[in-house]
Amino acid sequence: MTDPAPVLDDDPFSDDFLADPYPRHERIRDAGPVVRLSRYGIWASARHEQVFAALTDWRTFSSASGVGLADFRKEKPWRVPSLLLEADPPGHTQVREVMAQVLSPRRVRGLRERFAPVADELVSDLVERGSFDAVRDLAEVFPLRVFPDAVGLPEEGREHLLRYGDMAFNGFGPRNDLFGRAMADAEQVQAWITAACRRENLAAGGLGRDIWAFADTGTITQEQAAMLVRSLLSAGVDTTVYAIGNALAALTAHPGQWARLHDDPTLAKHAFEEAIRYESPVQTFFRTTTRTTDLGGVWIGPGEKILLFLGAANRDPRKWENPHTLEITRRAAGHVGFGMGVHGCVGQQIARLEGDVVLSALAERAATLTPTAAPVLRPNNTLRGFSSAPIQVDKATVRRR
Amino acid sequence: MIAMGGPAAEKEFVSVVRDKTVVADGVVTLELGRPDGSPLPPWRPGAHVDLILDRGLVRQYSLCGDPADLSAYRVGVLREPAGRGGSAYVHDTLAVGDRVLTRGPRNHFALDDAPSYLFVAGGIGITPLLPMIVEADTRNSRWSLLYGGRTRRSMAFLDVLERYGDRVLVHPQDTSGLLDLRGFVAGCTNGTLVYGCGPEPMLAALEDACGVRAREILRVERFSPKEEVHTGGDGAFDVVLARSGLTVKVGPGQTVLERVEAAGVNVLSSCQEGTCGTCETDVLEGTPDHRDSLLTEDERAEGTTMMICVSRCLGERLVLDL
Ligand code: HEM
Ligand code: FES
Repeated sequence: MTDPAPVLDDDPFSDDFLADPYPRHERIRDAGPVVRLSRYGIWASARHEQVFAALTDWRTFSSASGVGLADFRKEKPWRVPSLLLEADPPGHTQVREVMAQVLSPRRVRGLRERFAPVADELVSDLVERGSFDAVRDLAEVFPLRVFPDAVGLPEEGREHLLRYGDMAFNGFGPRNDLFGRAMADAEQVQAWITAACRRENLAAGGLGRDIWAFADTGTITQEQAAMLVRSLLSAGVDTTVYAIGNALAALTAHPGQWARLHDDPTLAKHAFEEAIRYESPVQTFFRTTTRTTDLGGVWIGPGEKILLFLGAANRDPRKWENPHTLEITRRAAGHVGFGMGVHGCVGQQIARLEGDVVLSALAERAATLTPTAAPVLRPNNTLRGFSSAPIQVDKATVRRR
Repeated sequence: MIAMGGPAAEKEFVSVVRDKTVVADGVVTLELGRPDGSPLPPWRPGAHVDLILDRGLVRQYSLCGDPADLSAYRVGVLREPAGRGGSAYVHDTLAVGDRVLTRGPRNHFALDDAPSYLFVAGGIGITPLLPMIVEADTRNSRWSLLYGGRTRRSMAFLDVLERYGDRVLVHPQDTSGLLDLRGFVAGCTNGTLVYGCGPEPMLAALEDACGVRAREILRVERFSPKEEVHTGGDGAFDVVLARSGLTVKVGPGQTVLERVEAAGVNVLSSCQEGTCGTCETDVLEGTPDHRDSLLTEDERAEGTTMMICVSRCLGERLVLDL
């Protein structure tokens, strides 16, 4: 027996919702395991159990019709669909395998020694200054200092990366003002991205060339290689900018947690993980049903779009104790901030590496973080984060290392 | 006796030490033949045998003699101060005339056909490469060898290699510094295969130097003797958490991750199925039974890291850096 799903008229992509999502998430979670959102004629779930179940069942919950609101079977996507994100097995499997090899544990371990000194230097300069903007001066600066080099991108024009991420992540929502603004100079940005994905524009030794090497051996085609480099560029920059910014904002808002981290900077990776749960940079992704299915007691027919609120699942009190508090030593495993299942973030170890080196560098040097103004939201149809979070830091007295 | 062995069909036979010669600082060669002088099983370059030594210690040694001569196998044995007794036994106790239980030969390091080869040897890792070089040379393939060692005196078979002239680059570390693997591998042309054998860091550097082509062009063999162990199974084992000073038992059907967490140690994890890499943990002692889908073959063999959400232990005890 199944229950009818409650019908809500929330617009999860409206300015109000994006500005203050958590009480709205709570309402949706409490309304039922699965709800209908009448504005868009779609299904949605904000509970951990159902979001997790959908993410880990690609046979029923397909990505090939797009992981945004647009249904690729009915609407032309604004860009050529991703070979990874917007694909299902078996096609997905092989390219995912290539990407997983390019971003292998060994490779990421090797990046640590390149990323850590950059974080140390950047952070110690900022701490010397005493006050800085956690987003503008750190979260936006660090990933752009390390990631494009790791990929082997041309120096010229790297500012297009954030613009492109903005387009990609707003592009998963409706064609609202946010999308319109992001697409303002789409052509120019896309031209730069397309060029940057070409083999000849990627530096030897970088992740981009590593992808291309699989084209040389015939494992993937040249077109696929370029598309996979594009995946790195769309998924690997903004996400980490938002994640680091959110972690810093959350730790600033929880001085007791910062004190713990300062006391034991080896907790940095746990703090980053918990911050991803607490203020998930990627708030939403969609799936499309391939068959009639029962999700949480609600029957959904085939070919239906369902919105998965990752950020809400990560604060579902049915799953988490004190979900609205940041607790850096909590067991955050099971959060879906990096997705889960076959599409689970393939770059998550790079993301964790970036978070770890930045937070541990700051934890070593700053005894306290104090906000000097409220963080300013940077609204986006998919991502949650800030454009500014000014803070003041108290430099730590000399620490033993 | 050796209870757990290789595949059942594998030949096990008694051989006799016919000769034992010191060929470099800390290196002896053994010649092993059948007691009755009958021919030994045939082998190809890259093959190794198991020698079952004192107290059932099993050690693997590459055959470094001439495959055409089946009257004797030749192996080179380095004395390893940190070894677990096998090499010390060969050096100090084993004598000409002694009998040794032998198993094999087996080949995981075959010389594939290629128009040209680059060989890279580190120390005693030269042994499997010697017969390969002879074969590549008789096939008229293009080849060169980069051979590194601590000091010239510690490097075996330099006399044998002399006749190949400048195809052989000898690099004792004390006078020539570290091997320029990148420079050497840069000489790869289309179709070149790279064969490497030596200590782990050298192999890792070699893999690095080959970059993403490593999977295709690089063949490596680790010469370090690996203790033979039970494979597979979901049996119980102990996990020592070195930094926390705790020991936990992992029973059948339990995972290392859940037991570590139950002991109150906070470790990161996500997928719980060996696909995301989040729970990767350094292994300080013991041999992991890898069940993830992320680590390369080399990393598995190296055994210094594991995904504790799925991987288990070959043996009774793991020491983890937790
Ligand atoms: C904290 C930062 C990050 C967050 C929160 C994040 C989040 C996510 C999420 C939620 C998914 C799942 C999408 C789905 O289920 O449809 C995903 C997939 C993906 N991520 Fe990340 N990501 C981050 C960083 C990165 C980085 C640094 C890279 C690249 C190096 C990357 C590359 C990808 C790719 C290529 C996919 C698609 C995988 C597939 O569909 O098989 N991400 N990410
Ligand atoms: S938790 Fe994903 S590999 Fe272990």
